[in-house]
Amino acid sequence: MDDRTIICRCEDLTLGEIRELIARGFHTIDEIKRISRAGMGQCQGRTCRMLIAEEIAKVTGQSLEEIMMPTFRPPAKGIKLGILAGGGGYDG
Amino acid sequence: MARTADVVIIGGGVMGCALAYHLAKKGVKRVLVLEKQYLASGATGRCGAGVRQQWGSEMNAWLARESVKRFERMNEELEFRGDIEFKQKGYLLLAYTEAQWDQFKQNVALQQGLDIPVTMVDPQGAKEIVPHLNTEGLIGATYCPTDGHANPFLVTQAYADAAKRLGAKIETFTEVTGIVVEKGVVRGVVTNRETIETPVVVNCAGAHAAVIGRMAGLELPVYAERHQALVTEPVEPVQDPMVISFYHRLYCQQTPHGSFIMGVNDPNEPESFNIQSSWQFLEDVARQAVTLLPPLRKLRVVRQWGGLYDMSPDANPVLGKTEVEGFFVAAGFSGHGFMIAPMTSQILAEVVLGEEPVMPIEKLELDRFRHGDFVMEPSVV
Repeated sequence: MDDRTIICRCEDLTLGEIRELIARGFHTIDEIKRISRAGMGQCQGRTCRMLIAEEIAKVTGQSLEEIMMPTFRPPAKGIKLGILAGGGGYDG
Repeated sequence: MARTADVVIIGGGVMGCALAYHLAKKGVKRVLVLEKQYLASGATGRCGAGVRQQWGSEMNAWLARESVKRFERMNEELEFRGDIEFKQKGYLLLAYTEAQWDQFKQNVALQQGLDIPVTMVDPQGAKEIVPHLNTEGLIGATYCPTDGHANPFLVTQAYADAAKRLGAKIETFTEVTGIVVEKGVVRGVVTNRETIETPVVVNCAGAHAAVIGRMAGLELPVYAERHQALVTEPVEPVQDPMVISFYHRLYCQQTPHGSFIMGVNDPNEPESFNIQSSWQFLEDVARQAVTLLPPLRKLRVVRQWGGLYDMSPDANPVLGKTEVEGFFVAAGFSGHGFMIAPMTSQILAEVVLGEEPVMPIEKLELDRFRHGDFVMEPSVV
């Protein structure tokens, strides 16, 4: 992996961008998420979460277990508003 | 010797960071912001990200108008390295009952008196502004094109960065556990790490302001109430303004990012610090949004969250001095703190420094509840 590697595919963020945020002092996944949108896309951080955690661990010297995970928010998978509204049909 | 500061601000939301900026800009040397978690981790980062001037009380409308002027040039004023994503695509407020329409007429007269460019439109006019709006049962709407959206995380960061450049210190993951008060005068703040001596403390703790107030021996009439929101997948721009219907209890906007943010107000929500997400909310907001804006039924919800409004009895902020000398409060924003923060924080800085504020705020002081002088805001969603 180098600085051009895409870390967050939903929001198109590279490893270089994540590293820069960590260097600026954002040392939690929650802060990086809010400032850069990493993990806010369709996959809700399933791809980028652990990659970002590893980068934070490298810089801060924490073990991966010590890196605070962000809140896992519902719904687990994207659901159409029409289905939630009771409109029925999977392609509503 | 204990560490000292000139001003300690409790709370790293938009209000605390903006206040730190204004105080540092006015030359206060040692401004210290203490934040229990990280910046914008409370109400600021969980809000609906809207900026509107269409308020029913003159003071809110004025604060919002002045704040919009500051949002417009915030990137430059704060020399922000990013973009606060301020977009002015308007707010459309919908009336479904005669009582609402009458209230809107009063509000518009008040807003126009303040030179806020708001107009009244009929259902056809509303449909021209939002073509996918279901106008069934709609009586009329009010529209202000200079209302809009800004990114709460980035606005807070912009203020924090600017405050730090001017010498302020911001310490995250630092929890205030006590306030030292001697003979009615503030002397210091106790955190989970140390005691800091200071003559001035400003309580910007949002929904936790009452907890902080009690540490100084004050009962603040501010309480926490959960409000939930959701965000959808991003799509091409299709909806310019934020749409609000008090009848449907709904607000719904498309952000510059393309996603839709929306929420409904639950009138039965109890007072609590609960910020859990609920399934009931998803169903409720989906029904209202699909009814009012039918094409949105095709959008996927990607995330929902909860946050706390810091409610006050009249839905207006509690600002300024208290009976404890040196202890100031800025809380009770009742769901509209983010959008009025740029101007409110400036006024607060003036009050803290004993200057003449550009707008008198006696009406908003804690004292009003003792005298029963409420300044009711009718237009909260």
